[in-house]
Amino acid sequence: MRGTKILVVCIYILFLMLPIYWLLNMSFKTTNEILGGFSWYPQEFTLESYKTIFTDPTWYSGYINSLKYVLMNTVISVSLALPAAYAFSRYRFMGDKHLFFWLLSNRMAPPAIFVLPFVELYSAMNLFDTSLAVALAHCLFNIPLAVWILEGFMSGVPREIDETAYIDGYSFPRFFVKIFMPLIAAGIGVTAFFCFMFSWVEMLLAKNLTSVAAKPIVAVMTRTASTAGYELGLLAAAGALTLIPGVIVIWFVRKHIAKGFALGRV
Amino acid sequence: MLELSGVSKRVGRDNHISDVSLTFERGSINVLLGPTLAGKTTLMRLMAGLDKPTGGEIRIDGKSVVGLPVRKRNVAMVYQQFINYPGFTVYENIASPMRLAKVDRATLDRKVKEAARILKLEPYLDRMPLELSGGQQQRTAIARALVKGAELVLLDEPLANLDYKLREELRVELPRIFAETGAVFVYATTEPQEALLLGGHTATMSEGRITQFGNTIDVYNRPADLSTAQIFSDPPLNVVNVTKRGRELTFGEISLGQASDTSLTDDRYVAAVRPHHLSLVPGGRHSVAVTATVGTSEITGSETFIHVSVGGNRWVVLTQGVHRVNSGEVITVYMDPATLYLFTEQGMLVQAPEFAGIGG
Repeated sequence: MRGTKILVVCIYILFLMLPIYWLLNMSFKTTNEILGGFSWYPQEFTLESYKTIFTDPTWYSGYINSLKYVLMNTVISVSLALPAAYAFSRYRFMGDKHLFFWLLSNRMAPPAIFVLPFVELYSAMNLFDTSLAVALAHCLFNIPLAVWILEGFMSGVPREIDETAYIDGYSFPRFFVKIFMPLIAAGIGVTAFFCFMFSWVEMLLAKNLTSVAAKPIVAVMTRTASTAGYELGLLAAAGALTLIPGVIVIWFVRKHIAKGFALGRV
Repeated sequence: MLELSGVSKRVGRDNHISDVSLTFERGSINVLLGPTLAGKTTLMRLMAGLDKPTGGEIRIDGKSVVGLPVRKRNVAMVYQQFINYPGFTVYENIASPMRLAKVDRATLDRKVKEAARILKLEPYLDRMPLELSGGQQQRTAIARALVKGAELVLLDEPLANLDYKLREELRVELPRIFAETGAVFVYATTEPQEALLLGGHTATMSEGRITQFGNTIDVYNRPADLSTAQIFSDPPLNVVNVTKRGRELTFGEISLGQASDTSLTDDRYVAAVRPHHLSLVPGGRHSVAVTATVGTSEITGSETFIHVSVGGNRWVVLTQGVHRVNSGEVITVYMDPATLYLFTEQGMLVQAPEFAGIGG
């Protein structure tokens, strides 16, 4: 019985890991070998693709640009969502439930419909082709998500703690930073993780709001062919590198994610 | 001195607190007694300044504090739930109000240690609140309220979630601890016994109103009306509608003996007797026998609660000793008419037992 269980788990993991293995496999092959035929592992092991990415500015600047707007977006989303989530969690005001739902419904709209207005708006405000433009555009779906997740964590903190702090003489900002934020640190971590990931993988808005100066890696990667013909090895290497930030972030928040799931908000 | 005059709190269409007027002196112990949802917590929140009243005035030493935010007031509050800052050690939890008041380090340390000693928290000062037992957590919250030296100390059923032994212990110590600080001490509870143990003054609450406020013993002995008497009785007061004709009190065919006040007009009244004034054995020559059918009985410690039906009214008999009575059995219950309370049909007290102290 135990043996069967382990076998099932192994097959499952194998199944999940296969595409990722194939990506890594390809990234160490030359393009000719990839196009040449089928092989389980690189016949001619090469780091040439990685070398190109780290030395060619058109490639590595893609990563830098992406990281720039992703980090900007994460900071903006979390810092704006914190007070908003607090309000939703602690106060009753006119239309609070509708507003909360409306925030969520923003996530249901396909980003494609926002592309045209955003391009127009950002061009008019001279923000087109900047990291800030993408960071702000991603707030559209990340802030609602952040508010949603944080509200769940905040509602888990008894309101009496807030009141005890006021009775003790804390001012609101001081209470919020010194007492409240440490209490929901796990929630902030999980929220930041999701903002980071959604912003990192989003392509449509990122691609259309930039042209040259702030071109993100996801946009660079869509360039399947260049003057040198197909560059599949290079693409595979870029793909493999794109996975790394996600892996790092997951490593940091893996414990808290479970808590987020337990609260039913993630 | 804390004064409430005509304080009310409306939420939507509901009156959570209606027209409450109370005066609490400095250094006094005041009990808010009432069942759950009577408005005790709401009233305390108004006193603390956590909520604003929708009507009336709240004054401390003659000055209105209605508009004053809670952090500018000198109050301390302990909740029924054990509320501490989970991220701070017990030491920092206790020290928190003094840190904000910028008390110098030596004084702060001395006060924290002193409070810890009084509340027996000395071994736990370096621990986190969540590593402590419920009783220790609540003592931490109480210690924090103590060190603040607040002029108004509000305790909202602080012992309700504690185990029996700890309750007994703290119940005796709490008033003594806070009496020394000279604060206005307000204690909310649902339990009449707790009010009697704390002494001082008691305000009985029902549905957002104060039904009576006065010396605890007086309120117990001479409740102004039926609802006060009911709030201040555990197990519940035995109530029956009676008719007075001549001196004779009857309900249905059953006689409850004679009213002690001869000046009372013949009318319909509500008679009430406390469960411990009923007995299974005749006690004295005036004792009246009433036939009752046993519903259930519970034995707690050395006492027996017998739930009976008397002419369709549900009564409770509290007797000393462990008795075995079977469900459905017909028993004779004895009572002394002198222990009867009589209320008008509107619920106003017209006769209290003679032994009940008057005044003072």
